[in-house]
Amino acid sequence: MATLLLVEHDNHQLNAVTYNAVSAACELGNEVTLLVAGENCHGVAQQASHIAGVTNVLLADASAFKHQLAEPVAALIHALRQDYSHLLAVASTNGKNILPRVAALADVAQISDVIAILGPKSFKRPIYAGSAIATIESLDPLVIMTLRASSFPAASVSQSAAPITAVYGEDYQPISRFVDEQRVQSDRPQLATARVVVSGGRALGSRENFALIEQLADKLHGAVGASRAAVDAGMVANDLQVGQTGKIVAPELYIAVGISGAIQHLSGMSNAKVIVAINSDEEAPIFKIADYSLVGDLFEIVPQLVAKL
Amino acid sequence: MKVLVPVKRVVDHNVKINVKNDGSQVDLSNAKMALNPFCEIAVEEAIRLKERGIASEIVVVTIGEEIAQEQLRSALAMGADRALLIAAPSSLEPLNLAKLLTKVVEREQPSLILMGKQSIDGDNNQTGQMLAALCGYSQGTFAAELQIENGQATVTREIDGGLQTLSLTLPAVITTDLRLNQPRYTSLPNLMKAKKKPLSIIPAEEFAVELRPHTTLLKVESPPVREAGIRLNNVDELLNKLKNEAKVI
Repeated sequence: MATLLLVEHDNHQLNAVTYNAVSAACELGNEVTLLVAGENCHGVAQQASHIAGVTNVLLADASAFKHQLAEPVAALIHALRQDYSHLLAVASTNGKNILPRVAALADVAQISDVIAILGPKSFKRPIYAGSAIATIESLDPLVIMTLRASSFPAASVSQSAAPITAVYGEDYQPISRFVDEQRVQSDRPQLATARVVVSGGRALGSRENFALIEQLADKLHGAVGASRAAVDAGMVANDLQVGQTGKIVAPELYIAVGISGAIQHLSGMSNAKVIVAINSDEEAPIFKIADYSLVGDLFEIVPQLVAKL
Repeated sequence: MKVLVPVKRVVDHNVKINVKNDGSQVDLSNAKMALNPFCEIAVEEAIRLKERGIASEIVVVTIGEEIAQEQLRSALAMGADRALLIAAPSSLEPLNLAKLLTKVVEREQPSLILMGKQSIDGDNNQTGQMLAALCGYSQGTFAAELQIENGQATVTREIDGGLQTLSLTLPAVITTDLRLNQPRYTSLPNLMKAKKKPLSIIPAEEFAVELRPHTTLLKVESPPVREAGIRLNNVDELLNKLKNEAKVI
């Protein structure tokens, strides 16, 4: 019994969600090996080797893995699979892109978005946008699953380092090619792991007005999120969407501003420790789950909050 | 160029989901059913490719019970040309769906497979990626933009942290995200016309695929209920609560 976990990174930095995924991996009770696939990403492998609970780090450093395209990375994991009973990734866009491909190659199921590990083969996962929680048992000899990072605590940093071993993919005839990437640059904390998240919805009305959300987030050293309506209206970039098909967050404090609270949004944030809702519509569903509610005009309330913090 | 669009019949996204008392499943009795929203986006994108003269034929396929003909007719009414229903239990897992779809791909030989990134019932987000793997095709998941030119698909994907553009060799599997397009409304004349479009029903057994179960569903439960908290009158009260009661700022 051994577990292989695919590391989230951008070739320079280990993504903090990896720490959460490692503590989930440790719950399985197996030795935990991390796989860093990328190009010129030795620094990431070193960071990964210092996560408490990690026994080994495999480093696949090659130009084929630079952009972590699904085809070569899935082939790599598939080639490594025989040493493991469990193959894991974070349920990020990267994990969701790569791991089902591995599962199909290995002729086993993937269990998506695991939120609790009950045993080596049984897991809980949300279905119907979180309206129900399913308990699933795997019947396969190899368990492949993606983990919802916000459901697990972050593993700590270890002084000692796990050994790093180089691995190589097989020769691969590319059928997909990286063209371009537009990364949203931000100094704010990452949405998925931030302690505080301030999200804005349709009621903000415009990209300019959305700056209010950013000001409040900055005062609280928090991340900025948005409802689907705000993203669809072009107020903010798609990667800020919180909800069923966007980011799932579970911060200490979630402030929902001008968000009515559609089920698909609630499924992305209802595990926050404290929820504050600010909305002019006192019937808004968001108030049914908020710990603290303020009914009123966000354009009056938010500037006051910013001024008084 | 032929485009294959696998689609799924799911509960309508406005239906409030309740769990059965015995904890065996969600209760969908009498629930309104619909074409999965992400599948609708895939059908719309295929039609736009046809309107631009890139696609020549759009074949929609679903795997499920015969009642799923309703959703195939919806796709035909939007503008798909032909429909296939692979008759099988509606509860098949993504890997088994992907295996059956692989057989459909072998038979139909499409240049492009366009499908939703996930269905809003199981929320698995797997079938497209699995189909691509089984066919040995490239994949462009979570598409926000799509261009087809000279046997290549250029797809802009919604990823954590922004957007990524890939160039894929066709045939390829593209899965759709929310912002790829806004699906059209179906007009009454098109609904009538859709009734005359070809729809064939093929028993899944005909493909001779071994459909082994890979997981067992042990239990379905409602998520923990979050109680509504308190209404506050002003910003000062809120800040006081956050500092002294919740202690989060």
